[in-house]
Amino acid sequence: MEGGVVLLDFWASMFGMRVRIALAEKEIKYEYSEQDLRNKSDLLLQMNPVHKKIPVLIHNGKPICESLVQVQYIDEVWNDQAPLLPADPYKRATARFWADFVDKKMYDSGSRIWKTKGEEQEAAKKEFIENLKLLEGELGDNLYFGGEGFGYVDVALVPFYCWFYAYEQCGNFSIEAECPKLIAWAKRCMQKESVAKSLADPEKVYEFLLQLKKAYGIE
Amino acid sequence: MDMGDEVKVFGSWGSPFSRRVELALLLKGVPYEYIEEDIFVFENKSPLLLQYNPVHKKVPVLLHNGKPIAESLVILEYIEETWKANPILPEDPYDKAMARFWAKFLDDKCLPAIRKAAFSPENEREEAAEEVRDCLKTLESALNGKRFFGGDAIGMVDIAANFVGFWLRIIQEVTGEELLSVEKLPELFKWTEEFVSCSVVKKCLPPKDKVLDVVKARVAPK
Repeated sequence: MEGGVVLLDFWASMFGMRVRIALAEKEIKYEYSEQDLRNKSDLLLQMNPVHKKIPVLIHNGKPICESLVQVQYIDEVWNDQAPLLPADPYKRATARFWADFVDKKMYDSGSRIWKTKGEEQEAAKKEFIENLKLLEGELGDNLYFGGEGFGYVDVALVPFYCWFYAYEQCGNFSIEAECPKLIAWAKRCMQKESVAKSLADPEKVYEFLLQLKKAYGIE
Repeated sequence: MDMGDEVKVFGSWGSPFSRRVELALLLKGVPYEYIEEDIFVFENKSPLLLQYNPVHKKVPVLLHNGKPIAESLVILEYIEETWKANPILPEDPYDKAMARFWAKFLDDKCLPAIRKAAFSPENEREEAAEEVRDCLKTLESALNGKRFFGGDAIGMVDIAANFVGFWLRIIQEVTGEELLSVEKLPELFKWTEEFVSCSVVKKCLPPKDKVLDVVKARVAPK
């Protein structure tokens, strides 16, 4: 497929990482453009006027916004290799359901772990672990959520793995102790070059989170 | 179509999410059995619903040959891929991505804003109403001179926007807050009229007076 591909992104964004993984899986050459989220560029505001957020995927000059919409677009346009969604409609629906679950639950419950303290934080940790356990249930004995092969739900979820260390530090708990199967899955994904190269360093993410907390006025 | 196809919808008469699924099936001429769920009282949810949607425990659920699918937009994509008549998504991948973007915008931004504007206490309503007007103005830009979001015929975005097409006017009537004005949003206003006039949509809307009663009961008094 022809045409220039540009990704407007932020290094620590789990949503941006999803797109990086998809592009890497398909071996697509693209220009990565790191954005300053405190001082948003004209290009970002022009390409995503509705949400003014990253990631933005620009293909042949046309912008696509929302990470899961972008991943599906990439899967459809570069359909010659590494399919992310399965062929069967029911399996596709199941994959979409779980990716939607990740979107609805993971970011919120994860954020509440570092934004709150005391009872609120305990409740956030509990919810976060419950959500991960549901995902573990869906994974079952499969290597990946995509079954034998790495797929759409794996792409949607694995970026959160590089934020786990930060959540654990803030919440003083061990995710691996509660969800060993999920951590095993994440480590398996990290064996893939597309994932290893796309995820941020957990220590750097934690440092970034500490800065964020200061900015939000949270101890 | 496979004559052995068994399609069931677990829904609720007043739920826009549930009506989206029915609308898509009607559009594509897919026969289905409808099962009404009482969603107002949690304990009344049927064991089947809880079995088919253990994660969210909500309607709608589509059951196709015994296999359940939950989440209305996920169901719409499944319906589109399974029954090919009257497509609700464009073929071009970019146009498809735009449709998905707008459907998500409706669920992530418009609907929560409308809920807040409808059901917040009176002193929060004006701010919430302003947010709705902003959302609707943004949504209107997606029409871009077309009759429907889907072009000449209704598509996934029109179906997803059903609560803007029908439920919103009822909410306005009850709260007295103007959210979708014909002067400020003429294109979107016109779309709501086109939408509710579609014969297939008409088959799929709940009775206005019943919805009015439900909304009145939930809206905090002035």
